[in-house]
Amino acid sequence: MNHAPESGAAAYWKENVRLLMTLLVVWFVVSYGAGILLVDLLNQIPLGGYKLGFFFAQQGSIYVFVALIFIYVRKMNQLDRKYDVHEE
Amino acid sequence: MDTQTWIYLVVGLTFALYLGIAIWARAGSTQEFYVAGGGVNPVANGMATAADWMSAASFISMAGLIAFLGYNASPYLMGWTGGYVLLALLLAPYLRKFGKFTVPEFIGDRFYSKTARMVAVLCLIVASITYVIGQMKGVGVAFGRFLEVEFETGVMIGMAIVFFYAVLGGMKGITYTQIAQYCVLIFAYTVPAIFISFQLTGVPFPQIGLGANMADGTALLDKLDQVVTDLGFASFTDPEHNTLNIFLLTMSLMIGTAGLPHVIIRFFTVRKVSDARISAGWALVFIAILYTTAPAVGGMARLNLMNTIQTGPIGSPEGNLEYENRPEWFRNWETTGLLAFEDKNGDGRIQYYNDANPEFAAEAASYGWAGNEMVTVDRDIMVLANPEIATLPGWVIALVAAGGLAAALSTAAGLLLAISSAISHDLLKGMFTPKINEKQELMAGRIAMAGAVLLAGYMGMNPPGFAAQVVALAFGLAASSIFPVLMMGIFSKRVNKAGAIAGMLTGLLSTVIYIFVFKGWFFVPGTNWFPNTAEYWLLGIQPESFGAVGALLNFAVAFGVSRVTQAPPAHIQELVESVRIPRGAGMPTGH
Repeated sequence: MNHAPESGAAAYWKENVRLLMTLLVVWFVVSYGAGILLVDLLNQIPLGGYKLGFFFAQQGSIYVFVALIFIYVRKMNQLDRKYDVHEE
Repeated sequence: MDTQTWIYLVVGLTFALYLGIAIWARAGSTQEFYVAGGGVNPVANGMATAADWMSAASFISMAGLIAFLGYNASPYLMGWTGGYVLLALLLAPYLRKFGKFTVPEFIGDRFYSKTARMVAVLCLIVASITYVIGQMKGVGVAFGRFLEVEFETGVMIGMAIVFFYAVLGGMKGITYTQIAQYCVLIFAYTVPAIFISFQLTGVPFPQIGLGANMADGTALLDKLDQVVTDLGFASFTDPEHNTLNIFLLTMSLMIGTAGLPHVIIRFFTVRKVSDARISAGWALVFIAILYTTAPAVGGMARLNLMNTIQTGPIGSPEGNLEYENRPEWFRNWETTGLLAFEDKNGDGRIQYYNDANPEFAAEAASYGWAGNEMVTVDRDIMVLANPEIATLPGWVIALVAAGGLAAALSTAAGLLLAISSAISHDLLKGMFTPKINEKQELMAGRIAMAGAVLLAGYMGMNPPGFAAQVVALAFGLAASSIFPVLMMGIFSKRVNKAGAIAGMLTGLLSTVIYIFVFKGWFFVPGTNWFPNTAEYWLLGIQPESFGAVGALLNFAVAFGVSRVTQAPPAHIQELVESVRIPRGAGMPTGH
């Protein structure tokens, strides 16, 4: 069998989009949220010698971006197998 | 060995390596020329993508921007990394599944329109050519400073090297050279940073060092904030209150990054869809190593620079460095004109402060200071002079020279490939001469590549006066025209030919016109309709930040037009469905 049944493909895509949305919410929160919109508020909190808002803008968001892609890869590989659309 | 000998040695060795790879990795087919044969290991491709992506601007200019803008340089850091999340989640795997050679080819097939493909080619060529000019200029500058050759000679040597491995090897040669170039550039960037971080804080990791305490127990960033504000400069860590522009600039750079064709085509070189996903992750890991180091390089270089000049208490006559006693690196950079001193109050000492700050003016006057005497401090020297400022050994300085060249050459090669494949594959094979066979197409690709190298070199030597502005244009174009249409092509089955073309043109024209009315038509000085200042900007949005707005308009128009016109035919809807499923991704083909 080369292709998952039609309903399977639709369900796979739906789950994929839900995962994307979740990850993109985090993507938005760490960069635009913590690094830009809430920067003044978070700058009141120290993290070592960093102010937290500054830290998110210049370090933290980048670490989270890397983590997000690897989480996505892991989850998608599971999803591919669950719906039997993975590659050989 | 003296520094100059080290520079010749290190730069010569890296160039020999690139040429060696070029001879080894010759392309024998269009598949090898366009997508390196399609079987590149995902980690290796991640490394090549990182080198492809990190240009002379990332390597040389970014830390300098951070040094002088502090927090306000954050959009570059977040924008140029966060775009990879979008690329990995929204584009790369699906475009890899589609399995063709170029980005315009996807747009042409998905929107069943040669016009759409043409518009995409136009956006791609404009974005890539403007971008490659800057790289050639970077090569010339690096050669000029480090190898003491004329700027033009430097550009020509750079052209010759790129010509050799890009024309001969196509994507295959470029991929393996980029891997070598990544190793050179990341080593060159991090080694001085580690040294300097260790000198200042005792912590060898610059990312941690920036947030650590100095020998006297105060946090480095607090110290830096104090040193700069005491002299009337803006605080390093505090945001300037222009949230809208910072937000939109970050957004424009992010979606621009995800939409740049020379980055996207790197993901066509891996074997399967899941490889494309993980490869984007690796690319970001390799990029993040440099991008998280850059704030430390910028901050620490600024602190070192301030402390070199303000040696004692502010206001005491002995508190400033005597010009006669300036260090060796100061003299070196003075000869390039990138650093300049003018003794305004005639005391033979250097006063470096913010004379544009009215609140500090009275205090400065009371010390007998007659204006800022560091009349030129070019931002770009922060990375290049950094090892000298920190008195690091000659081989480290040589490394930085080789690293800057690697960054510029690797990006130039990637851009040139995107341009030549658009010409030989999209324009010739796809449009004007569809009957040419593979051998002829490969030859056409090589000729297009050679032409692109010559054009880039010529433009690099005779920059059209807007070299500094082009980055905004390249990112604006990619963000407003290419990214939205790719994303809609995958995530919507309803967006059709008319919608895509209308959307692309709206995004492209709105962004280009917005940039031109403030910066001059085609950047010709004096032809702008409005002064480039906040009072005239639409809702206060600066031209550099407009790409995100253009993208929004693109989405809106594309959906609107698609709604009132006919849905795409059934076979296109099936194409979208097949792109969404990983299984069945073959090797990329030209058919």
